[in-house]
Amino acid sequence: MSILSLSAVELAAKIKAKEISVLEATQAVFEQIEKREGVLHCYVTLDKEGALATAEKVQKQIDAGELTGPLAGVPVAIKDNMCTKGLLTTCSSKILGNFIPTYTAKAVENLEKAGAIIIGKTNMDEFAMGSTTETSAFGVTKNPWKEEHVPGGSSGGSAAAVAAGECFLALGSDTGGSIRQPASFCGVVGMKPTYGTVSRYGLIAYGSSLDQIGPLTKDVTDCATIMEIIASYDGKDSTSVDRESELAKKAGNKFTDALVNDVKGMRIGIPRDYFGEGLDEEVKTSVLAAAEELKKKGAIVEEFDLSLVDYAIPAYYTIASAEASSNLERFDGIKYGYRTKEFDGLHNMYKKTRSEGFGPEVKRRIMLGSFVLSSGYYDAYYLKALRVKALIKKAFDEAFAKYDVILGPAAPTTAPKLGESLVDPIQMYLGDIYTISVNLAGLPGICLPCGIDSKGLPIGLQLIGDCFEEKKLIQTAYAYEQARGKFQTIVK
Amino acid sequence: MANIISDETIEYVGILAKLELSEEEREQAKKDMGSMLDYIDQLSELDTTGVEPMSHVFPVNNVFRADEVTNGDDRENILKNAPEEKDGSFVVPRTVE
Repeated sequence: MSILSLSAVELAAKIKAKEISVLEATQAVFEQIEKREGVLHCYVTLDKEGALATAEKVQKQIDAGELTGPLAGVPVAIKDNMCTKGLLTTCSSKILGNFIPTYTAKAVENLEKAGAIIIGKTNMDEFAMGSTTETSAFGVTKNPWKEEHVPGGSSGGSAAAVAAGECFLALGSDTGGSIRQPASFCGVVGMKPTYGTVSRYGLIAYGSSLDQIGPLTKDVTDCATIMEIIASYDGKDSTSVDRESELAKKAGNKFTDALVNDVKGMRIGIPRDYFGEGLDEEVKTSVLAAAEELKKKGAIVEEFDLSLVDYAIPAYYTIASAEASSNLERFDGIKYGYRTKEFDGLHNMYKKTRSEGFGPEVKRRIMLGSFVLSSGYYDAYYLKALRVKALIKKAFDEAFAKYDVILGPAAPTTAPKLGESLVDPIQMYLGDIYTISVNLAGLPGICLPCGIDSKGLPIGLQLIGDCFEEKKLIQTAYAYEQARGKFQTIVK
Repeated sequence: MANIISDETIEYVGILAKLELSEEEREQAKKDMGSMLDYIDQLSELDTTGVEPMSHVFPVNNVFRADEVTNGDDRENILKNAPEEKDGSFVVPRTVE
C-alpha cells in the first residue's frame, strides 16, 4: 500500500535512493492486480514474466549508473492499440485477437529506453471507437471509484489501471477525447499533446489526422515527466513535428520546466458555449470553482463565446469515420489476425472475415465512412466536414489571440452506469462535445480532477492550449493542483 | 427522419466496406446511417463558401527520407501472424482460374 501511494516520479526517486527495488515495485503492482483485476478488468494481456525479467535488468542498469532518468524502474501499462514486439496486441478486437507484433511503437520504445517496466496491455473500446470501453470484444472494464459505472473510453483500461494502483502510469491514445474523458471519469490526469508531438509509429490507426498518443498519470508532475520521454521527432511518422522547428514555434519538449506554481497574469478564457444545456449542475459548479481558484492565484479569468461548438461532433464523426473506413481496410484476413473458417472465393473471404471479426460500433463507423467517401457524397459530406474543420480551427485561433488557456469541463457528466450508453449511439457521441474540437484543431488538452460529485464519482477539469503550448497547460494545471491539494485516492 | 437509406444504398456501401450484413444488421444499419446523416446534415447550416477543406492543421508537405533498410529480415515472425502460410508466403484463396 505504501509503495502504491507514491507517484511515478516519487517511486523512481526512491528506487534511485535504493529505498525500494525495481522488483519490489513491480511485485507490488502485480499484487494489486491480483487483488483488483478480477473485478475491474483493466487489462487484456498481462506480462508478469516479461516484467519481472525487465525489472531485474533495469535494476542492474540503475545500479551501474546507466539508467538515471526520472522514470527508471517504474511499472507502466500500455493501451492495447500500440504495438509491442512479441506481446499480444489486440485493439480489443476479435479481428486482431491473436496478433503478435514484430516491432514496438515509438512511444513505447522511448519508455523502454527510459527504463520503464511494461506490465501489460490495457482494455479499450474496439479500435478506440467508443466512450465507455464497453465496445471491447474482451469484456467491459469497471470504474474503480464505483464498479457499476464505466471508466470512460476509449482508453478506459489505462485510466482505470492508474486510478486503481494497477500501474503507476499508462499510455493512452486520444482521437476525440479518448484520454481526457476517461481521465475525467477515473479521477486521474490525462493529456492529449499537440498533433505530431508523439510519434504515431506503431499506433494502430483509427482516424490518422486526429489520433495522438498521450499519458494517463496520478498527478501533473508525472504527466510532464512522461511527456518529455514520449515526445520525439520520428522519421517513421510523416506527420511527426520537430518541436525545435519554426513550425512548432521552437517550443521544445522540456515540459517539466513548466512545473511552476504561478499563474499570475495567465489569461484564461471560459467558453460560455461549454456551460449551456446538457451540462450536469455538479460538474458545472466544480469546474467553475476551479476557475475561481486560479483567479485567486492571479490568473485573469473571463468568459467568451467560442462559437461552432455544436458543429464539432458532426464534423468529427464524418472525418473520423471516413479515415477509419480507409485505415481498417487492411484487416482482410490475409497477413494477420482472424480469418473466417468457411468461404467461397477471395471476396467472400474478405467480407465474412470482416463481418465476423469486427464488432457493431466498428462496423457502424466503417459503413458511415464508406458512404461519406463514396462518389456523389464525397463533396457534400466529407469535404464539407473538412471545411467546417477549417472554421473550427479559425475560431480557436481567434480565442488564443486573447487567451493563453481555455478552461471548461472534459465531459458533460460524471461516469454513466455500465450498459446505459450503447443503446443510443448519437447520445453517446454527444458526450464528446467538450473534447472533440481539440482533436479537429490539433490542439493540446489536459484533464485533471477537480472534485467529486454526490454519487462519489470524480469530476474532471479540462484545459486547452494553442498548438505547441503544452507548457502553459502544465503550468496552469500544476498551479491548480497545488491549490487543490492531493486528490483523494481510491487505491484499495 | 429526413434521410431514408434504401436497400440498394446499404448493399452498395456493404460492397465498398467489404462487410456482409445479416438481415437484422442491415435493417439496423439503415436506421443508424439515416439518423447519423440527419445529424451530420446540421453542417449544411454553415456557409462554407470560399473555405478551403482542411485535411491537415499544419502546413505540411511531402516528407521524404532516404530509403535505407534499418530493420532485419523478420519474415518468419511476420508469417507467424498469417492465418495460413506456405513456403514463406501468405496463402490466399484462388483469384485467377
